[in-house]
Amino acid sequence: MIVPLDEGIREFVHDGDTVALEGFTHLIPVAAGHEIIRQGLGDLTLVRMTPDVVYDQMIGAGCARKLIFSWGGNPGVGSLHRFRDAIQNGWPVPLEIEEHSHAGMANRYVAGASGVPFAILRGYTGTDLIAQTSQIATVTCPFTGEELTAVPAINPDVAIVHAQRADRAGNVQLWGITGVQKEVVLASRRTLVTVEEVVDHLEPVPGQVLLPSRVVTAVAEAPGGSRPSYAHGYYARSNQAYQDWDTISRDREEFQRWLRTEVHGTTHTAREG
Amino acid sequence: MTTTLDYTADEMMTVTAARSLTTDMACFVGIGLPSTAANVAVRTHAPGLWMIYESGTLGTRPDSLPLSIGDGILAETADTVVSVPEVFNYWLQPGRIDVGFLGAAQIDRYANINTTVIGDDYSDPKVRLPGAGGAPEIAANCKEVIVIARQSTRAFVEAVDFVTSVGHGKGAGDRERLGLTGRGPTRVITNLGVLEPDPSTRELTLVSVHPGVTVDEVRAATGWDLQVAAEPTTTTEPDTKELSVLRSLTNS
Repeated sequence: MIVPLDEGIREFVHDGDTVALEGFTHLIPVAAGHEIIRQGLGDLTLVRMTPDVVYDQMIGAGCARKLIFSWGGNPGVGSLHRFRDAIQNGWPVPLEIEEHSHAGMANRYVAGASGVPFAILRGYTGTDLIAQTSQIATVTCPFTGEELTAVPAINPDVAIVHAQRADRAGNVQLWGITGVQKEVVLASRRTLVTVEEVVDHLEPVPGQVLLPSRVVTAVAEAPGGSRPSYAHGYYARSNQAYQDWDTISRDREEFQRWLRTEVHGTTHTAREG
Repeated sequence: MTTTLDYTADEMMTVTAARSLTTDMACFVGIGLPSTAANVAVRTHAPGLWMIYESGTLGTRPDSLPLSIGDGILAETADTVVSVPEVFNYWLQPGRIDVGFLGAAQIDRYANINTTVIGDDYSDPKVRLPGAGGAPEIAANCKEVIVIARQSTRAFVEAVDFVTSVGHGKGAGDRERLGLTGRGPTRVITNLGVLEPDPSTRELTLVSVHPGVTVDEVRAATGWDLQVAAEPTTTTEPDTKELSVLRSLTNS
């Protein structure tokens, strides 16, 4: 099903949902995140391995009640100041966190996609992360008796990913750094995919990841929808924008000005015009 | 014989870190200083260094330094690009990676690393840091780990506030007891010198000081009573090629 972005968010994302916007540096669904802010959605449990700038914005806008993550920074730049402010000062709303390592989060998605209740890994042993959440445990191998780490499956209500292309039937082509996009789509109850373009026919691309339409609930066309991250083959990452975010996000008022002009003062369509 | 090249302490540190990598290694590269040093190594003495970034780019050879671990240039120049579950489960976990190259916000005398919170209350931290990312399993599963960090009493602390990644735990035998598969940190390279774990106690010991740095200066920048090798060596200065490669990468 092809839908306008605002309609897709309205229909598939609800207050209180567990929502995962994934994309490992590449193909981050920024336009979808901004639409969630514009629609004033709240009380969300946000899931994402690398909650970078778009989650900083959503947290600062008060969308999130809880964050499940494994690395919360501005990649290559430093800290996320809205994320910090929410954790350290409860602004604009207190943020509960559940913290993992990348290996742990990746395996939670793998278990979710695989339809099993937990995943096993050699991870976390000896770290202080274990004591901070009940979502890390140990399990004994039934064959060797070895003790390993277990993490529970994660099955978000809705996954949102960005991709290069989809056809009119909703088949999705996505290539380059693929992160955990396939796993989050297969683990989630509903999936909204934003794409650079909807085409009549998908040309085969070497190394592509194709999400068949049967695992995609809806597709929304959002050209430039992952800026300032990037869409391989379409446009490059704006490293400058990530560096600029450090200044904007340090100050609550500066951030709110940014929110008014760059998110509320515009629609996704208008931004592309 | 000494040279009188003009270089900074950071350049000394980065070149020393680069020299720790050899051309036959598979290296799991962290962003920032580790990435800079690995890219210097590839362009100088270690052209075969197989660089892996946790975004899933295996055997990448970027033309310039990436700002983040998932920059497009890493994918375009990689031997192959795999998913994040694959990089951790198939490549890192079984011990296919020779060396993990990590930074640290805090590090202690047993090379345990904190990148999570500053302050002793996790739920009410003084400073919230980005968190674990790939580091806990890189530190656990690579055959060895090299750490690069600027030395100060704020960063080199008696005990880290939070163990994000295990170095040598509380000392000899701890990694084995925990079932960690790699040997753990074998070197910590700073802007002042080089520290290595004592073979019997696993406590970090100053084994080399950079030119112009005294042992007392290193001690003063360390938050614990730093052990010093009987005769610490002086680190070899960067040569002109290393410096020019480094500066061409950092545009300095």
